[in-house]
Amino acid sequence: MNEHANVPLAIEPERYELREARAYVFDLTRRDLFKFLGAGALILCASSRATALQESGRGQRRMDDMPKDVGAWLHIGQDGKVTVFTGKVEVGQNIRTSLSQAVAEELRVPTSQIRLVMGDTLLTPYDMGTFGSRTTPTMNLQLRRAAAAACDMLKDLAAQTWNVPRGNLIAADGKISDQLSKNSATYGDLLKNRELAQLIPDQDPLLPATEWKIAGRPLSKIEGRDFVTGAHKYPSDQKRPGMLYGKVVRPSKFEAILASVDTSGAEKMPGVIVVRDGDFIGVAAPSEELATRAAAAIKSEWSAAPQPSSKNVFEYLRNNPAARESSNASPQASSPTNAISASYNVAYIAHAPLEPRAALAEWNGDMLTVWTGTQRPFGVREELAAAFHIPQESVHVLMPDTGSGYGGKHTGETAIEAARLARAAKKPVKLVWTRKEEFTWAYFRPAGVIDIRASVDSNGRLEYWEFTNFNSGGSGLNTPYAAEVRNEHFQPTKYPLRQGSYRGLAATANHFARESFMDELAHRAKLDPLEFRLKNLKDDRLRAVFEAAAKKFGWPHGKKSPGQGFGIAGGVEKGGYIATCGEVAVERGTGAVRVVRLVSAFECGAIVNPDGLRNQVEGSNIMGLGGALFEAIDFEDGRILNAAFSKYRVPRFKDVPVVETVLLDRKDLPSAGAGETPIVGVAACIGNAIFDATGIRLRSLPMVPNGLKLV
Amino acid sequence: MTNISSLHVNGANRSVDADAQSSLLSVLREQLDLTGTKYGCGEGQCGACTVLIDGVPHRSCLTPVADAEGKTITTIEGLAHGDHLHPLQAAFLAEEAMQCAYCTSGMIMSAVGLLRTDPSPTETKIKDALDGNICRCGTHPRIVAAVQRAAHSMRGGAQ
Repeated sequence: MNEHANVPLAIEPERYELREARAYVFDLTRRDLFKFLGAGALILCASSRATALQESGRGQRRMDDMPKDVGAWLHIGQDGKVTVFTGKVEVGQNIRTSLSQAVAEELRVPTSQIRLVMGDTLLTPYDMGTFGSRTTPTMNLQLRRAAAAACDMLKDLAAQTWNVPRGNLIAADGKISDQLSKNSATYGDLLKNRELAQLIPDQDPLLPATEWKIAGRPLSKIEGRDFVTGAHKYPSDQKRPGMLYGKVVRPSKFEAILASVDTSGAEKMPGVIVVRDGDFIGVAAPSEELATRAAAAIKSEWSAAPQPSSKNVFEYLRNNPAARESSNASPQASSPTNAISASYNVAYIAHAPLEPRAALAEWNGDMLTVWTGTQRPFGVREELAAAFHIPQESVHVLMPDTGSGYGGKHTGETAIEAARLARAAKKPVKLVWTRKEEFTWAYFRPAGVIDIRASVDSNGRLEYWEFTNFNSGGSGLNTPYAAEVRNEHFQPTKYPLRQGSYRGLAATANHFARESFMDELAHRAKLDPLEFRLKNLKDDRLRAVFEAAAKKFGWPHGKKSPGQGFGIAGGVEKGGYIATCGEVAVERGTGAVRVVRLVSAFECGAIVNPDGLRNQVEGSNIMGLGGALFEAIDFEDGRILNAAFSKYRVPRFKDVPVVETVLLDRKDLPSAGAGETPIVGVAACIGNAIFDATGIRLRSLPMVPNGLKLV
Repeated sequence: MTNISSLHVNGANRSVDADAQSSLLSVLREQLDLTGTKYGCGEGQCGACTVLIDGVPHRSCLTPVADAEGKTITTIEGLAHGDHLHPLQAAFLAEEAMQCAYCTSGMIMSAVGLLRTDPSPTETKIKDALDGNICRCGTHPRIVAAVQRAAHSMRGGAQ
């Protein structure tokens, strides 16, 4: 199951995320689509690569054959209802809401008339996955373009129908009106008995953000009512007629090989189906409790080689390099004699999405349908096709809006397990991982070691900067500060646990190290930490968020009571600019550390949904507290020792400080994603505040799993 | 083993066929399709499975169904009256106190229990009452604000 320990880089996180998209192969003809959707207008938005391949640069063309490479499409029916199809998925980042706003804006319809079909491999165009904060900069634009083209098409149609000049037509509230002739018709009326289709490239003009009327304002979560009444069906809530519940027998350790198994106890249980296929052992039963009892009745013996533990993981990473990758190396220069150095550690942590992995699989002959919570429905379709040796066309993956992911739900193991059980049971099977399975058999945010060596001249300017990250990844590796000589490396290593993507990827680790070390350098240079940063900064957008956060926070904070400390940190990642100021209180005697206040300033271009954005920034800050203060996966010799919420501490209400957010709206800049970057400053800002309070520099995440040891 | 054949849920008697030791959570979800009550940990640590038994919040994952027999069980599906949302549901919407919303049912049920015994809780009381409920998306400040808003509204103030 986990071949990675001997095959480094098998799922190295950045590479894993940036897998090249395959061209979408569209099986349906235009006629099929109208048959399926009903008459009306159909707008297909080419993905940018397809656009580049087109010979003609003209804005719109009619087509009979379906194009091969479509990023998104939308349909307006004769009832005026707008259906948008996108392969992106909703995991709590509220992208369903902000994409609806974008369409409403350009198409001039109320958001209540728009429905998004998301992450359905049969109905939506191919999409690589929902990660890397890419939905807003890519899908938002494609949908806006499709919506703008639809609006133009409707105006053309009205101008022809009424024989009036197109220039006088106004689109608003789902209607086209002519100011002079006083004609007016709803989109649905204009489209009666028509089948219009257009393919548009992605260079169509869009409304500038300064003219947005629907986008750029707060909009509540779409279908929010279903979530507060319990009506929404998450993947783990799905049900099919005759469905059974699955359970998988797990190995005793990672990398373990099945030595022997006795399934007779489970086989005697009425209604229980036992599946044994190589090292896969699982059961399906009419209730989850029976499935659990049956799995427990199976006696299995496993053998595994000794494996590293969390106690020596940082040594292990440092001593087990894989092929080196350089990302930004100046011509080799030896470090100046006045250089100082430090090493930082980052522990493995878990995403712990509150909804564990879940999948419901159903076979119909050779056709497989799976409902599952994943950030990559098309990736899971590929995994299923490969696992069962069937064509991808035989697999249909659906992704109901899911109980969060944070980068943790990219893979399809639960879907494969459920499908294997369903094939044997000849009935639909639902498999919901237990919390223990989620903490053990999912993948983790990589642990890492970061070495920094740097020097500052007598004017407080960085002259030498050397930075090496072992294992955790290359995101956020490069410093935004202007150093004369820079050597920045990501050093892949062998690694002891299954690891992968996490909100912000390695940017959290790299910012923790860099922004902590910048603080150390500032203190050496006897400069205020903010002043030192600004002195070495050439990026105006980063400067702006630092200044905005500092202003709101009241930096430099004058009065200090005993145990009180203030810190600042920031950076640039995925097109977003973040600065975070924090206040901590360290209790004398016990050494307990409490984060009192966090103030963030964030800028990601033109803001689409200010309240949704604020929610993401606040959420990033609070989630970031966990990894900063106390979250760590404790493991030993192939076993996770704290695979439960009672042993793995996540932020709770009493941990949550006052969180304040300043949003800088740059309507002149394209919108960037925002689900990840606001997390990257939290740990360093808190570490710097702890240093300010106590003079103790903490260089290992989590910083205070058991409080601070005061000397 | 004794079996449980009936539960009083959301104002109605519902037929079930469950082993006495089965968790209330599994019976609600599997037999009554009341999937608004969520599994999150199975050890009473996350609060996603919170329901009211005779008005008091309980972790349904740790509650044997026999313990709920003959008592009044309220789940998230039983809070609204027709189209009329419970003030806490309305307040969670008004404060946008959710992201993925998987914790929302449990948060609301825990808060219903709190406001029943303390109609004007301080911020500290709210945090104490909800500390056993995990939200991984980090919407805690909004949840506290939503509970305050609902408390105000239930005391007769404007929403």
